[in-house]
Amino acid sequence: MGDFNFLLILPETWLSIAGLVILLAGLVFKKRREGVLITASLCAIAIAAFLVYALARKFGADARSGFAESIVVDPFSSYFKFLFLGSSFLTLLMSRRFLERSSYTGGEFSALILFATVGMMFMASGTDLITLYIGLELMALSTYVLAGYFKGEVKSNEAGLKYFVLGGMSSGVLLYGLSLIYGTSGSTNIAVIAAKLGADPSKLAMLGIVFVSAGLFFKVAAAPFHVWVPDVYEGAPTPVSAFMSVGPKAAAYALLARIFYNGFYASHEKWVGLVALVAAFTMIWGNVAALLQNNVKRMLAYSSIAHAGYALLGVVAFDGKWGLSGVLFYMLAYTFMNLGAFGFVILLETKGYAGETVSDFEGLSKKHPIAAAGMLLFLLSLAGIPPTAGFLAKYVLFAATIKAGYVSLAVIAVISSAISLFYYFRIVAAMYLKEEKEFTETISPTRALSFSLAFCALMTIVVGVAPGPFLEWARASLPAFHR
Amino acid sequence: MTSMITNCSFYLSILTYIPLAGFALILLWKKEDTKGIQRVAFWTTLIDFLWSVPLFLHDWSTGGMSFVEDIPWIESLGVHYKFGIDGFSALLILLTTVLGCIAVFSSYTAITHRQKEYYAFLLFLQVGMLGVFCSLDFVLFYVFWEVMLVPMYFLIGVWGGPRKLYAAIKFFLYTLFGSVVMLLGILALYFWNTEGIPQIGIQGLHNAPSFDILHFHKVAELMPLDLQLWLFFAFFLGFAIKVPMFPFHTWLPDAHVEAPTAGSVILAGVLLKMGTYGFVRFSLPMFPKASTHGTVVGLMATLAIIGIVYGSLVAMMQKDMKKLVAYSSVAHLGFVMLGIFALNPMGLRGAILQMVNHGISTGALFLLVGIVYERRHTRMISEYGGLSKQMPIYAAFFLVITMSSIGLPTLNGFIGEFTILLGAFAHDWRWGFWGALAIVLGAAYMLWLYQRVFFGPLENEENKKLKDLSGREAWTLIPLVFLAFWIGIAPNVFFRMIEKPVDTVMDALSVDDATPHTRFLAERKRAGLVGKKGAVAPAESPSQPAADSSPAAAPSSGALPATGN
Repeated sequence: MGDFNFLLILPETWLSIAGLVILLAGLVFKKRREGVLITASLCAIAIAAFLVYALARKFGADARSGFAESIVVDPFSSYFKFLFLGSSFLTLLMSRRFLERSSYTGGEFSALILFATVGMMFMASGTDLITLYIGLELMALSTYVLAGYFKGEVKSNEAGLKYFVLGGMSSGVLLYGLSLIYGTSGSTNIAVIAAKLGADPSKLAMLGIVFVSAGLFFKVAAAPFHVWVPDVYEGAPTPVSAFMSVGPKAAAYALLARIFYNGFYASHEKWVGLVALVAAFTMIWGNVAALLQNNVKRMLAYSSIAHAGYALLGVVAFDGKWGLSGVLFYMLAYTFMNLGAFGFVILLETKGYAGETVSDFEGLSKKHPIAAAGMLLFLLSLAGIPPTAGFLAKYVLFAATIKAGYVSLAVIAVISSAISLFYYFRIVAAMYLKEEKEFTETISPTRALSFSLAFCALMTIVVGVAPGPFLEWARASLPAFHR
Repeated sequence: MTSMITNCSFYLSILTYIPLAGFALILLWKKEDTKGIQRVAFWTTLIDFLWSVPLFLHDWSTGGMSFVEDIPWIESLGVHYKFGIDGFSALLILLTTVLGCIAVFSSYTAITHRQKEYYAFLLFLQVGMLGVFCSLDFVLFYVFWEVMLVPMYFLIGVWGGPRKLYAAIKFFLYTLFGSVVMLLGILALYFWNTEGIPQIGIQGLHNAPSFDILHFHKVAELMPLDLQLWLFFAFFLGFAIKVPMFPFHTWLPDAHVEAPTAGSVILAGVLLKMGTYGFVRFSLPMFPKASTHGTVVGLMATLAIIGIVYGSLVAMMQKDMKKLVAYSSVAHLGFVMLGIFALNPMGLRGAILQMVNHGISTGALFLLVGIVYERRHTRMISEYGGLSKQMPIYAAFFLVITMSSIGLPTLNGFIGEFTILLGAFAHDWRWGFWGALAIVLGAAYMLWLYQRVFFGPLENEENKKLKDLSGREAWTLIPLVFLAFWIGIAPNVFFRMIEKPVDTVMDALSVDDATPHTRFLAERKRAGLVGKKGAVAPAESPSQPAADSSPAAAPSSGALPATGN
């Protein structure tokens, strides 16, 4: 016991301190200084990313655990940490103008994003149920506040409250499941749990697995635990929706993968049917419900539900080389394309909640051809049309599903993926084909927003055209157990 | 000179990406300078066509794939950037570059708004089409296959008719549904070649990961029948929707009617050929046991024949010229499918040639309909009548193309249809009967159309003001008419291009007891038998003398019952 190697949590520690300082600075500054605070947060994230990189370089492919086996630094956690830091970085870049226009101060916003990031990093690193749960709660609490950040807006209040109540409930369910697992295995350590549960867990342990699954499905927004997503994404400030749809979702997948692929490894035949069912239901529900949406943020919310379903295929496949690395690769591709799509909603949002209905996009291609082309790229990628990142990401997961022999699930996946094209192309049709209405708003993106959009677009293309290195990276980042 | 070009190790890549360069150039061009944009687009397609001409002069008799480029692309998945073509793909590439050129040239006056985007999409579409015909790696093939859909969606959706939104998304969704199922087939094929999928009883071959199409041609015989059947139908869905075969054809009339003229030309001329290309290139050689399976062949033939008869009958009833031509495509492509699933060299050769013929004649028909539409803004047959007096040159072109479409000797349609019929009779006389019936029906709806539009009194006042073809319009048609006569009179040069590819497919198909040689002997015997019945078949079409010569011509391999000899 007692391996208190603080080096292992250096990036997290650094980011927590930076978050506290920024929070205080936001209070101390008399005038509004969003620019400075956001720049400081960006620097903090960049330094944290460097620290993660340095640790990953130092340890190579080894897994180093510490704090009584409750934290591990391995390629798997480093991969996800890069992803979290990247998505937080891009979110902050996208939010500045948005915050300046609103009447709320920026110190808390940046600090909360940083705290959420710390939580997510612990979710990727934790190997102990308690650590994982605390990481999860840190992330969740920060995002509850972020969702309700626009105090004066009813929609934002509603989003925050809904998210909080339902999120709290799901955390309870998860915790209950974890306690059952602890009760049957006698440990909170994932490796010990894996050994104790074995291939044939007791009924009580199975109940625990079901409860844990339900709690995690809520966090990744899988149907039928998805009902909070559209309301929260619609009501939350758009940069927050963008953030929630990538960072916390990827974190939930990291946690899910860690528990399912490691903790419940031996008994996977017992629970895989449940996950397969949820995956199928999620893909169908998400895509079909998205067809009916007129609000772009709601549409993207349902689309993110559907994408959660695709990613679950990687858990169903239960195969390191294809399934788990497929999830990792998918999260990478999804981060860029989804942030890009939300970024355009932010771009169009000139006042309040404007720029959110599909018809707000009408005539965009005529007035702002480059913006329209960028949005087109992200929508194509979300729909999985080659040669974009979204295509290859889906491709690997579908391959994993086929390889595991779930042919009917793969058929459901591809059919629902084809359906998704219909609603993504409603926006495309509005931008390019509807010519009756003039696009009247003038959009003037900040340099930071243009940069982050351009970066997302570049990555969407690069990952699609030259996916080799990224796939290699995802495969090299599998936990030792599955390599 | 040509050898200098073809010796280039990236010949096919350059061919494929020339339009991409034009696309990029147009994006940088000033939006207001529409003349300049048109010129860029035209020169791009023309250069691309000239670059493809050496394919025609190339010696295809060696068989196998030429101009192969092979670079690892995604090594961890075994995906390669692999291009390579044989005579069959070369023929379709030539068709694509010719039609690409014509499509641009025919749009100068038809497209008046958002020209920059229009020509950009047209060029981008050409990249996708050429890529499909060049690819020898499944992932690469799939990428191009899907890339094609996006510009076509915009061509229909932006520059289309009144129901363009509906038609565009319908086209996209239909095709996408088919191709995603095909994607699953490709993945299953991949795992069968490597680790296998033990959970569903598929034993793997444990080869190195590969998506190489030629590799799968080689290992095709190792695949068990049930897997072949499953994969055949997975691919079938992708290709049949594209062809389109009978129950999957409903997107086609909508897409064709709403698309701008050049879009229809490309759609009918090239995009539909991708389906039949897929059957010949993938389904037959990769799943030979499934393709020769009695039930499958029966099903394919039934769907093809329903397509022929249904397409023709519906075409006959159309009031809109463009819709008529669209439904005639369903019938013609049914004919091609019949030829393919006759599963003998004759049928296959005829089918391949008929793909090109259909591209030429239907492409030209869409151009012709587009020309009067541009003048009158209506395509209703009832609005016209007596046009031959007002537009004699137009009427003459229309007549030639009509004749080409219904298969008059000395024109291309005859050669293709006749060869398919030979193959169909060799397989089963009933197939031949239905095929022959199709020719009669085809003649009926085309001639009736011609009669209603061009003959009779010139009553409609507006038609009296119609101008005959302009020089540019004539030049969009002249190359196609020239090709129609060329294939009709001297088809052997085209048959020589596809001789080896057809032999390769036939070799792959002889899976059961027969070696390629005994199979060939059986084929000769059957072809001999067919001669007597064959004389009955073309009786409906005015082709008696050629039919008589067929018993002698057919068995001698390579030589064809062409009127050219």
